[in-house]
Amino acid sequence: MHSSLQGSSHSSSDSPSGYRQATRMPAPSVTLRVHKGGLMVAVKATLMRDVTLLIRRRGEVLNPLVFFALVITLFPIAISPDPELLAVIAPGLLWVAALLAALLSLDSLFRSDYDDGSLEQLLLAPQPLAALSLAKVAVHWLLTGLPLALMAPLLGIMLALPAGSYAVLALSLALGTASLSLIGAIGAALTVGLARGGVLLSLLVLPLYIPVLIFGAGAVQAAIVGDGVSAHLAILGALLAAALMLAPWAIAASLRISING
Amino acid sequence: MSLCLQARQLSCERDDRSLFKGLDLDIRSGEIVRIEGPNGSGKTTLLKILSGQLRDYQGELFWNGVAMRDAQEQFLANLLYLGHAPGIKSGLSALENLAWYQSLSGESGSESERLDALESVGLAGFEDVPAGQLSAGQQRRIALARLTLTPRALWVLDEPFTAIDRQGVADLERQLVVHAEAGGCVLVTTHHELTASPLLRRIALG
Repeated sequence: MHSSLQGSSHSSSDSPSGYRQATRMPAPSVTLRVHKGGLMVAVKATLMRDVTLLIRRRGEVLNPLVFFALVITLFPIAISPDPELLAVIAPGLLWVAALLAALLSLDSLFRSDYDDGSLEQLLLAPQPLAALSLAKVAVHWLLTGLPLALMAPLLGIMLALPAGSYAVLALSLALGTASLSLIGAIGAALTVGLARGGVLLSLLVLPLYIPVLIFGAGAVQAAIVGDGVSAHLAILGALLAAALMLAPWAIAASLRISING
Repeated sequence: MSLCLQARQLSCERDDRSLFKGLDLDIRSGEIVRIEGPNGSGKTTLLKILSGQLRDYQGELFWNGVAMRDAQEQFLANLLYLGHAPGIKSGLSALENLAWYQSLSGESGSESERLDALESVGLAGFEDVPAGQLSAGQQRRIALARLTLTPRALWVLDEPFTAIDRQGVADLERQLVVHAEAGGCVLVTTHHELTASPLLRRIALG
């Protein structure tokens, strides 16, 4: 048996296709592996992979930012360019627009992995799925939520947002969008198996965004009128902590349901 | 070393249609098990159940005598599953794709291992090309490079010969035999006729 394999390997090594797996003889005998962790390696590799992919598809990173900027420009045009009026509604407008921009990018979070089969492979990795999906959500926040938060003060100027509230706006958005990414990822995981899950995703996720929106916009309002903002920011932080604890498990369970369906 | 994957009284229904009923399976080291059946007979479903992806079934699964739900982690550490979709990211190069798969199992591995694995599937020279620019067959070969790169005892392969050229098919077939001879175990569905071998066993569905 052995010699015949060796013999046939000679003829195939010249072949242009070059697939010469079996020619390396003798094959080491197969052993059973004992699973021994390595979670950090897997999480780090998943982070790196998603960052690389998103940086190569720059459009997906830029779209939410352009959407955010465009929506904000529409309001002075449609309502009134009066700075006093705009200053009153600016915190709410900025927060709602940022929230919708973050929502816009959610659908693609697991979609391409689902389509090309790497989601199955993620599920079959001998690592906790919750940790791996948390890595994916972290990348989503890093390249969507964080840029939105950094860009918001700039758009705030356009809406005549009173000076002094810019830092609070950016901070509240940075904290808030992290919760939005985590909560939204549950919806994205649930709808990834559906051909047109985008609208359903919004319907599922938007009601859950309301608490974050209330305290996020509230923090900016408080900064404008000169109240203490720490209470609002603390609640945003608490929401994020709760989402960090619970969402990864919910995302993992939702992904399993989607793959089963 | 020996491994054994057992199914007892396995039944699965999809959309009120019974795919299989009361299936008893014993899959052991040194076997190539080919699941056969016409389209829609539940071959892929069976592979997904046996690889622990689908939980929507009746019956029991055992990995080395331990019930599957208790042995999940050890089972997954020894499983290599290749599905219909090759699981290759078109935005990443062949090397980057393989690096991720290597890290998923918890070891960072080395670049030379990945280069060797790619060379062994005939992709030398395509290491840094984005996988999206490669042909379907070449993408499938990247996925097949995982068979060499990340050694696992149990291979579950769903239509692995899709889009592979004739020479590649012959070589892959030989690789399956070598794996089974070395004490591994292969579970495969294919419409391609496998050459008869004493290690080959057939299970007919439908």
